[in-house]
Amino acid sequence: MSRIKLEPNIDRPDDLYAQIVGLTSGLDETHAFARQARLILLLANQIGDVDVITQLIRLAAQRDELGQKLADSEAF
Amino acid sequence: MKKESQVPVWRAMGSTPAPATAREAMPVLIVGAGPVGLTIALDLAQRGNRVTIVNRLDFVSAGSKAICFAKRSLDIWGRLGVGAAIVGKGVVWETGKVFWGDKPEPIYQFDLLPVKNQKMPAFVNIQQYHVESILIDALACYDNVDIRWGHSVRDIEVGETGATVHVATGEAEYFVDADWVIACDGARSTVRTTMGLDFEGRVFEDNFLIADIKMTGDRPSERWFWFDPPFNPGQSALLHKQPDDVWRLDFQLGWGIDREEAMKPENVEPYVRAMLGQDVVFEREWYSIYTFQCRRMTRFVHGPVIFAGDAAHLVSPFGARGCNGGIADADNLCWKLDLVLRGAGPTTLLESYNVEAIATADENILHSSRSTDFMSPKDAPATALRDAVLELASRYPFARPMVNSGRLSTAVNYAVSPLSTADEDGDWAGLSPGMPALDGPLDGGWLLDQVGTEFALLTNGIEYQGMKNLDLSVSPILCERFDLSPGAAYLIRPDQIVAGRWRHPDQNKIEAARQRASGLVS
Repeated sequence: MSRIKLEPNIDRPDDLYAQIVGLTSGLDETHAFARQARLILLLANQIGDVDVITQLIRLAAQRDELGQKLADSEAF
Repeated sequence: MKKESQVPVWRAMGSTPAPATAREAMPVLIVGAGPVGLTIALDLAQRGNRVTIVNRLDFVSAGSKAICFAKRSLDIWGRLGVGAAIVGKGVVWETGKVFWGDKPEPIYQFDLLPVKNQKMPAFVNIQQYHVESILIDALACYDNVDIRWGHSVRDIEVGETGATVHVATGEAEYFVDADWVIACDGARSTVRTTMGLDFEGRVFEDNFLIADIKMTGDRPSERWFWFDPPFNPGQSALLHKQPDDVWRLDFQLGWGIDREEAMKPENVEPYVRAMLGQDVVFEREWYSIYTFQCRRMTRFVHGPVIFAGDAAHLVSPFGARGCNGGIADADNLCWKLDLVLRGAGPTTLLESYNVEAIATADENILHSSRSTDFMSPKDAPATALRDAVLELASRYPFARPMVNSGRLSTAVNYAVSPLSTADEDGDWAGLSPGMPALDGPLDGGWLLDQVGTEFALLTNGIEYQGMKNLDLSVSPILCERFDLSPGAAYLIRPDQIVAGRWRHPDQNKIEAARQRASGLVS
């Protein structure tokens, strides 16, 4: 199984972040979702390796569950 | 539940009189004379078994039911001798086109028969009542078949080695002691509900209007599917040709609608005109509203009671996986039950029906659920993703394979089967154990017509004892399809599934694999 990259792998992180924010800035939720969905699909096809994408999907979901657990613990 | 009076009649059969005795014994009772029950009856009868079918209605019903029959079902019916009649009556097609919005060109197009040079086409469209009629006529040639029209199951008592079925017809009632009961009595199976068995799964919150209409005119016999067309904004639609100038139009309507209102002709016909043009000339064949479910029983074999078809599993119709899935059940079950009935196979062989038919049902449910989720996204992010696929597909090839308007029924691979013998050689292409044999030209005919209804060997140059051999060395196409090198062999089950294969077979290996596939060793 291919290893996913979790070390810094992008030359100009601030530029990239600004571009991703720029993709949806000023848009309502529907239009923002649409653009993000297109970007996800384009990125997925660019990566092409389903094993890698599956790991990334799990990682993205895991972070969310972690956040939820933190939020739950704060509630007490 | 529909009232009896609302079920339209296609072919009146007439109520069969009650049997002379109030209690009778029989080897096999089939409940339900739909395509699955009739196919099972034909297969078992051709293998020499006595079969009795009871059917609640005393007619073949019309109305909008299954229309798309896949190559695998046609291959099965070909083996049973009714393939030519069904293909001959049906509309042959193999191309699907998907449209989006008001774009006149399809955003995606698929060919359902990528491997050419096979006898049967990818699909034929034919109304279920024609299929049933053809099967009924074929069964009339067998004096070991007894179809009882207008006989309904009241109750069933299941024992260790058989079941007692309480049957009613008109004023008369009688009991059947059957060694085996095969329940093919549809989605609302009386046998299943009487036995109190589970039927778990998902209900999809969406309504679909089906308008079967009659019109003449020259349109291609292709499957046309629309996402968000101008004539049904925000929803999907489907157009498909059937025999006798009948067309199936299918419109997604959404969840919160008045179903009774929506199927009234004055409300249906604007949809028809919007799709086909305001001046289209057509007649109503049948209008109905459907909701879809994907569910199955936990087990299909309950002692002497075996479930098949919609009684055991339900899918949404996008993908034509309902009736075709049921025909696959029939194909899988009959040779096994025949071996058991003849004492040539153990009762435990039927457990492999449970395993393999469930594998088929799960694959069909998976594809069908995904198609339905693509058509009716559940929330805003899912809708955005679906729309992004359609939008990107209209511009770039990469997104087109993700467009899911229904993944159409293909033969299921029994990847894990207790009947399969694993490869001992690692260098195989071709068809692995558990896959259905692929057709191809052989000796001026076709392989699947010649492979027969018993175990058979496909060989290349060397003959083996003990069963039918088909030497494929005369057909380079088949040798390539099976990756059949000189001296190699495939063992094919009676349902034309690969049981095992060897680069260097010998009599012992072949016999051991045949025994395993007959349930004699595990």
